[in-house]
Amino acid sequence: MKINFNIEVNNQSVEAIKGETILDALNRNGIKVPTLCHMKDFTPTGACRMCVVEDEITGKLITSCSFPVAEGMKIKTHSPKVVEARKTIVELLLSNHPDDCLYCVRNRNCELQNLSDELQVRERRIIGKKNNYNIDNSGVSIIRDPDKCILCGRCVEVCEKVMGVSAIDYVNRGSQTIIGTAFNKGLNVSSCVNCGQCIMVCPTGALTEKNHFPEIREALNDPAKTVVIQYAPAISVSLAEEFGIESGKDINGIMNSALRKIGFNRVFDTSFAADLTIMEESAELINRITNNGVLPMMTSCCPAWVKYAEEFVPEFLPNISSCKSPQQMMGSVIKNYFAKTENLKAEDIYSVSIMPCTAKKFEAQREEMTTHGISDVDAVLTTRELGQFIKLYGIDISKIEPEVADSPLGTRSTAGKIFGASGGVMEAAIRTAYYKLTGKELVKFQIPEVRGFEERKETKIKIGELEIGVAVVNGLVNAKKLLTEIKEGRTDIHFIEIMACPGGCIGGGGQHIGSNEDDLKSRMKSLYDIDTNETLKVSHKNPEIIEIYDKFLGEPLGHKSHELLHTNYDKRDVLR
Amino acid sequence: MEDKTINILEQYPNSGNDSLIPILQEVQDAEGYISEKSVIKIGKHLDIPSSKIFGVATFYNQFRFQPLGKYHIQICRGTACHVLGSATVLSTLEKHLKLKAGETSRDGLFSIEVVACIGACGLAPVICVNGKFHAKVTDKSIIEIIENYRKENDESEK
Repeated sequence: MKINFNIEVNNQSVEAIKGETILDALNRNGIKVPTLCHMKDFTPTGACRMCVVEDEITGKLITSCSFPVAEGMKIKTHSPKVVEARKTIVELLLSNHPDDCLYCVRNRNCELQNLSDELQVRERRIIGKKNNYNIDNSGVSIIRDPDKCILCGRCVEVCEKVMGVSAIDYVNRGSQTIIGTAFNKGLNVSSCVNCGQCIMVCPTGALTEKNHFPEIREALNDPAKTVVIQYAPAISVSLAEEFGIESGKDINGIMNSALRKIGFNRVFDTSFAADLTIMEESAELINRITNNGVLPMMTSCCPAWVKYAEEFVPEFLPNISSCKSPQQMMGSVIKNYFAKTENLKAEDIYSVSIMPCTAKKFEAQREEMTTHGISDVDAVLTTRELGQFIKLYGIDISKIEPEVADSPLGTRSTAGKIFGASGGVMEAAIRTAYYKLTGKELVKFQIPEVRGFEERKETKIKIGELEIGVAVVNGLVNAKKLLTEIKEGRTDIHFIEIMACPGGCIGGGGQHIGSNEDDLKSRMKSLYDIDTNETLKVSHKNPEIIEIYDKFLGEPLGHKSHELLHTNYDKRDVLR
Repeated sequence: MEDKTINILEQYPNSGNDSLIPILQEVQDAEGYISEKSVIKIGKHLDIPSSKIFGVATFYNQFRFQPLGKYHIQICRGTACHVLGSATVLSTLEKHLKLKAGETSRDGLFSIEVVACIGACGLAPVICVNGKFHAKVTDKSIIEIIENYRKENDESEK
């Protein structure tokens, strides 16, 4: 039972719940206290001291993020002493910080910048020696600039507690401290899985994604190139936030129109490829179950999870579905099927994808993701970058009319669309597997047991005579726990969906920075609303899917599919 | 060749995080430094990511990540030595050898280690090369000392 009592804050009585921190009590009562190292649901570290408040009884400054409320407490949140302390902290952080806000990707979306503005820092009072570290440009997805790092430690926390990867940690001591990898090597040889969650929590520009604007613009300006673009299921419900529109709003049509205005020759929907993935993956699942294949089967859509498996749990690589991810299936279909129908050579197509994900940048350049030496996907933009790209081309999204995606490769079922949320792949796969095994459609398509943000969702599904156990996990640390149970002998699970990011792709590392839990919930709701409202709810009824199998692929797991849509992975040696 | 790190790890069965620092110390004693390979082995044994081990090890001055040089120079930066100019001696030494404290020269000849006090304050500023003390070192004499060692090495190799 919650025990409530009152504490005195700024001479007013405020209700507090026993056991919560001062910060939680303040936030719930409409008082904002600035924080830097604080992250919701993580153990407070109290490292940055930004959240200090004054304890009126002792006159001391205490960190509200880590200090529990107590009866009789008297707090001042914005006394001169408190404000002075906070301002000094910001001034100290700025003293060795590079003064290149104008050139920084995080300009106008930087917590340090905002704090310095809120606290009225208007002059450089403390002059320190500027940081002068090397930028780590070695990774394919993520760039680290230790100069801009303020050592809040949020990236270290996320990498360890959410991903279970710990590619980075504090290195050295005192004023020499930096965030670094083991032996200060590049991210490319570290165990980093490129999920990008570190970027999502970085308050400054110390962690950013690798940008491919120049290559894409060059391709757009090259008349010999046919430039095509595909966008992931989660993009249309996430992009709005980049433009300050309410979170979760689906602006698919406007996005199609904007992409055409930028100059992309064809606009495709990766959700189509998600349908294709479902056709292949459900066939593979049935094949494994009926022919005593390796079980449980695990999804392969998430490139961060795949790299994690290669590095940390290579013994489970045979469990991972051989299906390429939707991005790569689409890339492959574009350069092989679409090219053929349009009489184009694969090398004359420049294929761009928009993903809510930084690991997709890594996936796109993998050797396994090529056909006859040609990359399936040439460049990857994150949701954030798409926002910047649209602005770069001067497109006012409030004044343009929605359009539909190009066909073929643009029609999708809602099963493909819900890939964007944790549990979506599972649900979509079951819908099709059920049909394939029983010849009948599910009576109720929705499977609420696999939906939502919980770390792990497990349920049993009855398909005719067969009962299969399924599990859905998000956050690689949760995947690790489940895999340990399986290693220790659990056999009641046949199919596992693993997504690295919290909530699935809607919470991906390429999404809008500064979104909160509610924004993620709206994105998820929006995806499931689409599923509720539209009629084409299963991948195998998607007319364009039927067409591509008729005209080109033959059958799921057939010869052509194997050549273009499937791959395999090997153990990867990294510094871990 | 026997693996010293593995031998040490065998002395720590079923150990957890709390054994990390003693293990690192023993490995450094046995091998002279903490190598990348050792860190990976220790990490596997204790189930700690190598970044965390590197983080812990770099926190302490006592751990080195390069093998010791043939001539290991310990330079005292304690109070007495500091007062008598050990900072200048250190910076001269670093410039002369193009090395930083904690590093080893590429030819493997010299390595520098900063120590807090070696209990020879009467001789300040003092350095210790392979256990041999050099007293009242100045920014001029330090170069002479180093070059003498280099000569000694050259002659021994002839």
